[in-house]
Amino acid sequence: MANITLDQVRKVYAGNVEAVKGVSIDIADGEFIVLVGPSGCGKSTLLRMIAGLEDITTGEVSIGERVVNNVDPADRDIAMVFQNYALYPHMSVYNNLAYGLKNRGMSKDEIDRRVKEAARILEIGDYLERKPRALSGGQRQRVAMGRAIVREPAAFLFDEPLSNLDAKLRVQMRVEIKKLQKALATTSVYVTHDQLEAMTLADRLVVLNGGNIEQIGAPIEVYDKPASTFVASFIGSPAMNLFDVKADASGMSLTKGTGLSGANPHARSAYRLGIRPEHLRVVEAAAAAPANGLDLTLKVNVLEPVGAESYIYGEFPEGGAEVVVRVESHAHFDAGQMIKLHADAKDVHFFDAETGKRIGD
Amino acid sequence: MTRLRLSDHLVLICGVIFMVAPVMIAVMTSTHDAITIYKSGLQFLPGGHMIENYETVLFRAGGFTKEVNGLVMMKNSLILGLGFAIGKIVISMLAAYAIVYFRFPMATLCFWVIFCTLLLPLEVRILPSYEIVQSLGLTNTYTGLIVPLIASATGTFFFRQFFMSVPDELLEAARIDGAGPWKFFIDILVPLSKTMVAAIFIIMFVYGWNQYLWPTLITTDEALFTLVRGIKQIMQVWVGAQIPALNEAMALAILAMLPPVIVVVIFQSWFIKGLVESDK
Repeated sequence: MANITLDQVRKVYAGNVEAVKGVSIDIADGEFIVLVGPSGCGKSTLLRMIAGLEDITTGEVSIGERVVNNVDPADRDIAMVFQNYALYPHMSVYNNLAYGLKNRGMSKDEIDRRVKEAARILEIGDYLERKPRALSGGQRQRVAMGRAIVREPAAFLFDEPLSNLDAKLRVQMRVEIKKLQKALATTSVYVTHDQLEAMTLADRLVVLNGGNIEQIGAPIEVYDKPASTFVASFIGSPAMNLFDVKADASGMSLTKGTGLSGANPHARSAYRLGIRPEHLRVVEAAAAAPANGLDLTLKVNVLEPVGAESYIYGEFPEGGAEVVVRVESHAHFDAGQMIKLHADAKDVHFFDAETGKRIGD
Repeated sequence: MTRLRLSDHLVLICGVIFMVAPVMIAVMTSTHDAITIYKSGLQFLPGGHMIENYETVLFRAGGFTKEVNGLVMMKNSLILGLGFAIGKIVISMLAAYAIVYFRFPMATLCFWVIFCTLLLPLEVRILPSYEIVQSLGLTNTYTGLIVPLIASATGTFFFRQFFMSVPDELLEAARIDGAGPWKFFIDILVPLSKTMVAAIFIIMFVYGWNQYLWPTLITTDEALFTLVRGIKQIMQVWVGAQIPALNEAMALAILAMLPPVIVVVIFQSWFIKGLVESDK
């Protein structure tokens, strides 16, 4: 059990490629942190620096109160779960779990106790004598987790552990990882590019982009108040609708095309505007528009029913950005049909047109 | 799959006959006495002298010194074959391990230098090699027989290719599990390479067993003669004014073929396993 502190951690690869640009995070003891971002954002590099598999160019990583920059991976008191599991193919499951403990000179009885305990927790007791190749993907995943658990480390590091599993198993293992982490209360850092995994697992999310932290916060906080257009488009599925608008004292309109109107609350001349698909309401054409908020007119392109709900993919009458609207599951719209939409003022996100940073609260 | 036709079988049978017939003739000939062979040439049917012929070549001391018999030569061959194969495997595995897993200056250059020695087989460098072994006083020793031959570019190349295909995560997992470079090599890499080792062992054992030129140069002491060499030596000595002992030569040739055959038979299942299923 330990907290992990990253202080201005940077990673520069040969050829002056800066993969991680001065990242600072304080991870509390027992916290489940998810590093999320698109490929190449530096999240895996960051994790590997915590693990000690990658040298730290500048900055400090501390586990507990100890600076571990120059400490061997084996001595950092961490355990890592790899994307491809990295099980030792020639060893039985039992030996896979026991190997790290043997190397630490632990007594046979203690090893046996820990392996049996981990096997019980993960329900892999029945195939302790099997070789990894005789196991299914989900079982291998459990063994990989088991190898981390038996060590009883200060922190778990997960490097996209679920991405090699099929969709159904992924959901199942996701829930189990969450349960397990809560039960063991071990500090965990989890890397994923899957925003759904990130949302569901994290105590706190760290959204990374191009080696920088875009936002740190509880998942719902990040979802409700994305700090930038990058976060807004990355977190949430379907992604938040974003469009460029120009504004003056009389109100706002699209920079290109028509079909949008609303009050201008921030006294600026241009914004990037964001609305989540679920915050757009279809309203009757004849009904008087509510006083504030945003009004849109859209041409329906496609209706996509996914069961519990449906999504309208539409565009503004004179072209421009595509807009996604969530509607109830059995709603019916024809392609080409014009619809009017309304969003409440509180649900509209304003971003700086140049920097993409959030404006207002 | 298409059904096998008669013509397919004919082709296969012809192939089998082509390969096995000389061996069979050697076996058959080795069961006759020398006079029969001298009179009527190679024999295609079994004769009545098998046991005594094999007994003679295995246990009767021959040569000038009367110190060496078939059994001793077989032991020498075995030492050469095993030392050669095991030495090559150990050296080339360590070399490949260094090249693949350690970042040292000019690692790639080192590899290509090793690789280029493929262009310089023993026959090309035999004089300098002999000179070195001789000046070290290693002629007529097993060390002199084996050590100069165990550097292997082929082995290094195969192991390098194999190590490069081992996922990096395995190394990382082992590092987190507290395995240092040596432990990783012994605990993870060597067991993973065992099918590869089996394959190279087959090739190298047979290659070492069949060495002729180098043993001829390095060993003048008959007690160190290998089987392959002994066939010729025994013939020369025993011929003299008598009838050539072709029966015994054939028997010795058959004996010389056996150990490589046994090695191939034992290791071939591993060899095929190594080709078919990935252990990684």
